[in-house]
Amino acid sequence: MSETMAELVGFDEAIARYDPLIGLETHVELGTVSKMFCGCPTGFGAEPNTQVCPVCLGLPGSLPVVNAAAIESTIRIGLALNCSIAGWCRFARKNYFYPDMPKDFQISQYDEPLCTDGWLDVTVHPEGAPPSQLRVEIERVHMEEDTGKSLHKGGATGRIHGADYSLVDYNRAGIPLVEIVTKPIAGTGSLAPAAARAYVTELRDLLRSLGVSDVRMEEGSLRCDVNTSLAPRGSGSWGTRTETKNVNSLRSVERAVRYEIERQAAVLDAGRRIVLETRHFHEDSGTTTAGRSKEEAQDYRYFPEPDLVPIAPSPDWVAELRAALPELPAARHARLQSEWGLSDLDMAALGNAGALDLVAQTVSAGAAPAEARKWWLGELRQRANTEGIELTALAVTPAQVARVSELVASGGLNDKLARQVLDAVLAGQGSPDEVIAARGLAVVSDDSALLAAVDEAIAANPKVAEKIRGGKTAAAGVLLGAVMTTTRGQADAARVRELILERLGQH
Amino acid sequence: MTAELTRMTAAEMASAIAAGQVSAVEVTQAHLDAIAAVDGRVHAFLHVSAEIALAAASAVDARRAAGQPLGPLAGVPIAVKDVFTTADMPTTCGSRILDGWQPPYESTVTRRLREAGAVILGKTNMDEFAMGSSTENSAFGPSRNPWDLTRVPGGSSGGSAAAVAAFEAPLGTGTDTGGSIRQPAAVCGIVGMKPTYGGSSRYGVVAFASSLDTPGPLARTVLDAALLHEAMSGHDPCDSTSIDAPVPPVVAAAQQADVEGMRIGVVTELGGEGYQPGVLARFGEAVELLESLGAKIIEVSCPHFGYALPAYYLIAPSECSSNLARFDAMRYGLRCGDDGTRSAEEVMSLTRGEGFGAEVKRRIILGTYALSSGYYDAYYGKAQQVRTLVTRDFDTAFGQVDVLISPSTPTTAFRIGERADDPMAMYLADLCTIPSDLAGNAALSVPCGLAPDDGLPVGLQIMAPVLGDDRAYRVGAAVEAALRERWGHPLLDEAPELTADGMGAAGARSTK
Repeated sequence: MSETMAELVGFDEAIARYDPLIGLETHVELGTVSKMFCGCPTGFGAEPNTQVCPVCLGLPGSLPVVNAAAIESTIRIGLALNCSIAGWCRFARKNYFYPDMPKDFQISQYDEPLCTDGWLDVTVHPEGAPPSQLRVEIERVHMEEDTGKSLHKGGATGRIHGADYSLVDYNRAGIPLVEIVTKPIAGTGSLAPAAARAYVTELRDLLRSLGVSDVRMEEGSLRCDVNTSLAPRGSGSWGTRTETKNVNSLRSVERAVRYEIERQAAVLDAGRRIVLETRHFHEDSGTTTAGRSKEEAQDYRYFPEPDLVPIAPSPDWVAELRAALPELPAARHARLQSEWGLSDLDMAALGNAGALDLVAQTVSAGAAPAEARKWWLGELRQRANTEGIELTALAVTPAQVARVSELVASGGLNDKLARQVLDAVLAGQGSPDEVIAARGLAVVSDDSALLAAVDEAIAANPKVAEKIRGGKTAAAGVLLGAVMTTTRGQADAARVRELILERLGQH
Repeated sequence: MTAELTRMTAAEMASAIAAGQVSAVEVTQAHLDAIAAVDGRVHAFLHVSAEIALAAASAVDARRAAGQPLGPLAGVPIAVKDVFTTADMPTTCGSRILDGWQPPYESTVTRRLREAGAVILGKTNMDEFAMGSSTENSAFGPSRNPWDLTRVPGGSSGGSAAAVAAFEAPLGTGTDTGGSIRQPAAVCGIVGMKPTYGGSSRYGVVAFASSLDTPGPLARTVLDAALLHEAMSGHDPCDSTSIDAPVPPVVAAAQQADVEGMRIGVVTELGGEGYQPGVLARFGEAVELLESLGAKIIEVSCPHFGYALPAYYLIAPSECSSNLARFDAMRYGLRCGDDGTRSAEEVMSLTRGEGFGAEVKRRIILGTYALSSGYYDAYYGKAQQVRTLVTRDFDTAFGQVDVLISPSTPTTAFRIGERADDPMAMYLADLCTIPSDLAGNAALSVPCGLAPDDGLPVGLQIMAPVLGDDRAYRVGAAVEAALRERWGHPLLDEAPELTADGMGAAGARSTK
């Protein structure tokens, strides 16, 4: 970090004086089997430079050929984002020199993107306030190829400056990327950080539902650049924007916007100007530092890629792709909410916990929606929080949760036993039925077995029994506790209560 | 025997080998001997692969002996321009920056040639990255015109043209971007064809200007050119701009060789002032000849052809400035100044400074400028508009006539060094050929005699519509047959005999 720690203005104070304007550019690595312009495989984590060929290495004489699957994925993304699909468009060359770019130009799209003018509705969940809806306008969705990866060896920082030497891995070169660019998002005020996060979350879910990418921010298959600028409150005259890169998690998206608002407000308050630049977000400190200046705009000398013919998707094909789109997250959300009869807040809670899919799957496996929700947001969330993992990472399947829920509903388990069963499942001891069988955890509701325990409890607590005989039925809890202790919790509590009252002449 | 073998046409060689009258190894050896005898003076080849060629020839002989089917060019030697990647021979593009580069993959064209049984003798000289009209821009020294060793063989495919004209090979491959097949063919007195753009694959052809580059054949006869054209062409899924259509029936057209009833347009704008009188004289005779053969001659105006050359010198450099960016010292080729003290950017810069020649640098700078923000519309954008107008000129003309004709070049071969310091004069060598490159249509150059003023070969250009390549061959073959009958021998018989020591006496016979 070359610059001294930036001065900041408190967030609330900044928002009181400035309106934020945000914009997001998201790069998505498509999950195609082969690369954008050649047949090389795209798997993550292979030995460096083992997934390369003359085309993706840009060897002299090699030529690109478009991967039809990548075009199809891009059109599907465009359709899901309510974009217009161009009837005719071209690739363009973006020219600049960099060692990890095999041809020293990137095949991209410039003034003729495949998809334009769409929107995505997102639900913003600010802390301590009710959720609100926001329509994010989409400027464009276009295709391009990824670059290779430079590794700088030696030196202290692992960055190019001061490195002893650099290595380049071209496995990533030519992997298909889709860039999704929003129009500037104004009017979000203090919700700007949450809005940015909500957009990326919704976009991630949408892409996942389309099955076009594994959308893993930590592996870089979903990469986000966050543009932020400020205008004096109500003036509408937007200042210079900064472009924050290296934002590798949903939480970071929110923090990066927040930080830039605080930093830019301080700069403007001091009467200085915002520099047009790329900034790098630092996960550890939650701050951004200056990167490449864009004050002297680099001239990429874009021109139509002469090695490729124009793309002209037929209206029939586009209609076919549109008809075959899966149910998208927003529609599904609305459907589930109505089917389950949950409030906005309940749904928001499910969304925030990342439990929507789990609950839906649990309901599909036979559980009542309220029960499924109770298990995932209650017991299971506690376990996940204790272990510091996501709900999806718990070693229990929605079908297993549904089974436990079913056993409780039928009286086969009580809540306490159910928790024990889940603990055993989470500990890897097998399915709920296997655990129940192995431990003999089934609820005892056989009267003859229970009566002995009830009689024993009455005999051991004569004073309490007397009270109940006298009509104080509330005292039955004491005897119930005793029975549960002797049966090690396996008794059917409701039946025990009935038996106690029967024995003591209250029925 | 050896001399006789090298004087045969490719068609004759193929049939003699197929019939067992001569072995492919004998034919190949005869050409290797010819190269050894004359190439020290002609300098057509940058690299001769004798062992590989002989192995390929003996494989052909083995196939024949085993009764296996032979390809159409089985055992026929060929000279390959050093712009096609070959997995068993270096590929330099006439540039220091690729000196010694051994590609790990084969171009589609050379793969097809090998599959057709052709025997690659080696790689031929060229203007660096195909930029030039004389081979003087080769980093490895110029090739020489077999008609006069003090003159250029044209370019950029000058090495292949010189090899074919000097009987070092019956066939050669070239690439045509602004005339780089037709112009050297014309000034060396041989046949050269620029197929329809996309008719032959560019996969493995090191790019100069992607939207213009077109591989094509060089040969001593129209039929040989057609045979090579057919063998090297056709749809290639590795080249997106390759046309998914059958190769036009070029061999049949070359055999048909008649122009009876054809409408032939003479382009008003390609001739007159600035053209060498001897070139215009021979061209005029060719027009009369075609008329006498039963063609209808029509004067056709293509008003935008005059803007083709300036438009070309914006489009081609623009594309080359991007295509040649990859020569950055990182992955292959020359690397300068990498002594551990310099950054990657410094090494790139030093390498490109050392590795590229003056003409390549000139065009990279020109193209970089033309694509720059703020200049794009005025230069690259405007040039593309001109390109559309030139294409429309062709469309209109081909509405009236079957083919268009013009001289292939404004002058005959110029002297080595004569235009080296005058790029504009050099660029004018492609005046007649550039329009067909911009429009992407087919165009053939066939010899039409020696200019009376300097005794050097003159080419007749026959331009045909997109995918109408066969029409050009039909007309070219008719002209070739009629002139041969008039002269009593092929034009090349009049070229001076080349010996190891230099040039012998000029041919005994002369054209009338």
